[in-house]
Parts: sequence; C-alpha cells; structure tokens
Amino acid sequence: MANVMEIYQLLPKTNCKECGKSTCMAFAVDLLARKFKVEDCAPLVREDKYRENYQKLSEMVTPVGDVTETGLIVHEDKCIGCGNCVVACPVNVAADPTGAGSGKAPTCDRIILKVEDGIVRAMNVQECRRFGENKILCVACIDTCPTKAIEFV
Amino acid sequence: MDNDYYVCTGCALLCDDIGVEIEGGKLTKVHTACRKGVAFIKGCRHPLDSTVKGERTDVDLAVKEAASILKNAENPLIFGHANSSSGAQKIAIGIARRTNGYIDDTSSFCHGPTVEAIIESKLKTCTLDDVRHKADVLIFWGSDPANSHPRHMSRYSYFPRGKERQRGWEEDRTAITIDVRKSDTAEICGKNGLYQIPVKGDTEFMEALTSALSGKVPKTSYDFDKKRLLELAGILKKAKFGVIFAGLGMIYSLEDFEPLYRFMDKLNSVSSFHLIPMAGHYNMRGFNENLFKETGYINRVKFNGAEVLHGPEYSVVEALRKKEVDAALVIGADPLSSLPRSIVRYLEEIPLITIDPCQTLTSTKADVTIPCALVGVESGGAAIRMDGVEVELKPMVETDRLSDEDVMKRIMEEL
Repeated sequence: MANVMEIYQLLPKTNCKECGKSTCMAFAVDLLARKFKVEDCAPLVREDKYRENYQKLSEMVTPVGDVTETGLIVHEDKCIGCGNCVVACPVNVAADPTGAGSGKAPTCDRIILKVEDGIVRAMNVQECRRFGENKILCVACIDTCPTKAIEFV
Repeated sequence: MDNDYYVCTGCALLCDDIGVEIEGGKLTKVHTACRKGVAFIKGCRHPLDSTVKGERTDVDLAVKEAASILKNAENPLIFGHANSSSGAQKIAIGIARRTNGYIDDTSSFCHGPTVEAIIESKLKTCTLDDVRHKADVLIFWGSDPANSHPRHMSRYSYFPRGKERQRGWEEDRTAITIDVRKSDTAEICGKNGLYQIPVKGDTEFMEALTSALSGKVPKTSYDFDKKRLLELAGILKKAKFGVIFAGLGMIYSLEDFEPLYRFMDKLNSVSSFHLIPMAGHYNMRGFNENLFKETGYINRVKFNGAEVLHGPEYSVVEALRKKEVDAALVIGADPLSSLPRSIVRYLEEIPLITIDPCQTLTSTKADVTIPCALVGVESGGAAIRMDGVEVELKPMVETDRLSDEDVMKRIMEEL
C-alpha cells in the first residue's frame, strides 16, 4: 500500500491551494484516506510536466470501490467467510451478545459486520468504533482475520 | 427466516444457523455460512445424469442395472458414505451384508483410528458445545481449521463467548498451534502460539511434552527449544478444560497411538484434556458410529454370511490393491480423486456404480451413474458432527431427484 510520503513526492509541491487544502502535504493525507481523488489536484491534470507523476499516482491510489465511511475495505477475493471478525467485533458483541457475539447467526440488525454468501459485509458504519467524534483505533476485525482480507484506509 | 435455520453440510461442523433466501425454487442468498459452505449449498456446476454404460436412461433402469451388477458380483465393494446421510449409510450396510461385500469409508485412510479410539473410550472427548462454554486451552495439532473448517474458531473454539468463558478469546482462551508450517490458524494464534516442528516430529514432540509434564527435561532429536516446551507444559498444566483438535497432520505422523495415549493419560492426571478429531466430510463420523452399532467395527469390514471379518486387509486400499473385489458401488465419495492412481486404476476394470449429486472423476469412469439429491439442501436426513452429536437435516429447496436414502432403498428392493 502507498504511504503518504510517496504520494507527496509525486504531487506538484507548490502549495497552490487550488484543491482547497492549505498544503500539498495535507492533500496527500486526504488522498491516502480516499477523501480526494487524484483528479482533484488541478495542476497535476492540467500541466504537461506533471503527466508522468499523474500516471504514477493514478496507479498507486486506485479507487477502492465499496469503501465505507470508516475506511473499511473487505477484499472479497481473500475473504473466506469464517466470521472471526463478526464474533470479535466489540460493537457486534454489545448489540447481539447471544447471536453474532456467540458465533451464531445474527439475531438483530444493529450489528456492523455479517457474513452473506460466504463473504463478510459491513453495515451500520456509524456504529463502528472508528467512526465519529470519539473514534478510537480499534483493530479487532483486522487482527482476527486469517487471510488478511480486511483493511482500513 | 429468523427462526427457520437450516444446517450446512459443507463440512463436519454441521453449522445449524444457516439462513437462506429462495426465489422461484432457487437459492439466491445464503446467510452466515462460510465460503466453503456457500459453494456446497449452491450446488454443483455439473449435476450427474442417470446413465448406463455412458448412455442416458431413466433412474429405474439404472437402479435395476446397479442391482444386477451387485447380484452377479461375488465380492462387491461398497465404498464412500462420508457424504451421505445416516439413513443411506444404514441401508448401504444392509446391502453389503446381503451381497457378502466389503464395506469401507473414507475414514479408512483418514480419521478412522481416532474415532475408533474415542468410540472405544480410549480417548477422552467432549462436544463442541462444551468447548464453546468451557474450554480455556485449545490445541490445534496438525490441523488448520482456518482453511478446513472456516467457522470452527468463530463458532465453537476460540472467539465465541460461552457460559464459563464470558470474555472469549481476549482473556479467557489460549489457542496453540502445533504444526509443520505457519498455517492461517497459526496467524491467529499469535507470535507465541505456534510450535513449529519438523515433518514426522509429532511422536517425539508428544513424548517430550509428556516428560515435561512429569517435570523432566524434555529432549527431542531436532533440538526443540526446551524453554518453550516447558512453557507449553506450564500452560497445559494450568488448563481447566483443555481440548486437542487432532488433524490429519498428527494422525498421519503417528505410527501407532501409544504415545498419544500416554500423552493424554499424563495430561489428564495433571489437568483435564479432551480430544476431538477434525473430521472433514460431514458424515464420516456417522458412518463409523452406524457400522460400529451393526458390527462392532468402525470401518474395513467384509461380510461373509453371518460372519463379520475385520482388519487392514479388508480396507478399500488393500482390497483394490490385491484386486480382491469384482464390482464396486461408490456413494458420496470420489476415490479416483482422493486415492493414488496405482490403486484406483483397478476400479476402471471392474463394473463401477456411482451415486452422487454431482459429476466427479469417479462418475466419469462409472458403468452406472445414479443421481441423488444434495443432502441437507435438497433432501433431509440425519448426520453426525465431528464430535459425535447427531444433527437433523432438513431440505431447503424442492427437487425431483431421489434422496440418497431412497436410491439405496430402491437398490435394496431390487436385490
């Protein structure tokens, strides 16, 4: 995965503020978090001298498709639907202790992860501990995944 | 859907909390099942047709042909059973008895010895529900549930909270992997959870652990770190309810079971440990128990009139190697894919009958093929989970195919 410095090196580094951010570094951070698209940097697209960098960046920062607001991505080709994350997720346990929290089928719809057709799906993202004002860096679902199919961006 | 759960027959865990969505008689969505289970439930890409000598016929004719093959054979082999319902297995035993045939299942080269030791009470065992509610130390020895039984850790062993283990994996449970490689299960067990041993090193490791439990210095020829062995012995001693999930890695490596018996005895004298075989196919244990009830043996049986012969010489491998059988009926298994070519080549030379929902390598070489419904999806029945608990199966969708039990019943009637 790309890191923020690699992205920064490919940007114009002029702090032109056209994107609305005060510095190119700030833009790089938001680009990594997929809050911006590469195309949001106008000079990069407009000026010929940045063409090579623009191509490199487009390859590096690929759109992630179904990324939720907390930045959770499930790599469907890797997920085996074991449900370890469903059971380990503290929000699931609080919402549904006898169902999803005990390894069984979910019995309520406030849970944030569940397995459907053999692949884990995220829902109710606003309940995730990584969301909102008091967010914390919870990694329960990543740590318990045997195939490393879950990632946060 | 909420209170209407089905059982998944994808592996020997028989998860009984599967929800399905059905539209127009077809499954559209499967809830809670793992990827392996979903693939199994959604059925096969190439369903089996009813054929005799490669030509399509109706089921009645195929059943008649199958019965006449069995009738004319002196020593037929009835093999498979791991992927069929208990009802079909019981009739299969009847057919073998009637035709003076050999009967064996996949446990013959799989978990047979473990299940036998458990049924004969030589090894202490428990159910998976006990594991969920009580177990605090889990040892995955030569098994990799993350790949073979994806929901094992999330549903029963490591992650779920149970009655006496309210805090689940984070504080209440310790998972240990003993394996020859860093498996996906070992990834979850963490840095100190993996005890990596060389191939065929299981017996020595077991003996070293036994001596560590007795307070002696553990020795292995491959110089396993003694400190780590003693540390592991310490964990085992402190366990209140320990479980060993024995995989094929462990079973294939042991020449005989004596070191395992000694290890389990020693373990149970200092703490409380149980063993569960990680059976693969969903009803392998069911066949073992059904045959045990009928004959007193779990597999490798040959009927000879009223006499029941048992021994390694009656196993599927030996019977085929020595070319002692003159016809074969394969149900719920695919020996051509799972056994060495040098042994199964003989199956192509004798009349072969296959009963299966899907086309398999074996069915392509069979003289008679009879399709049956996918148990647990298209037909009901009963099956026995890897820990010996019987689970009722019910059909999810309707089908016009006969269930495997009905096919076997029809063959029995023809006989």
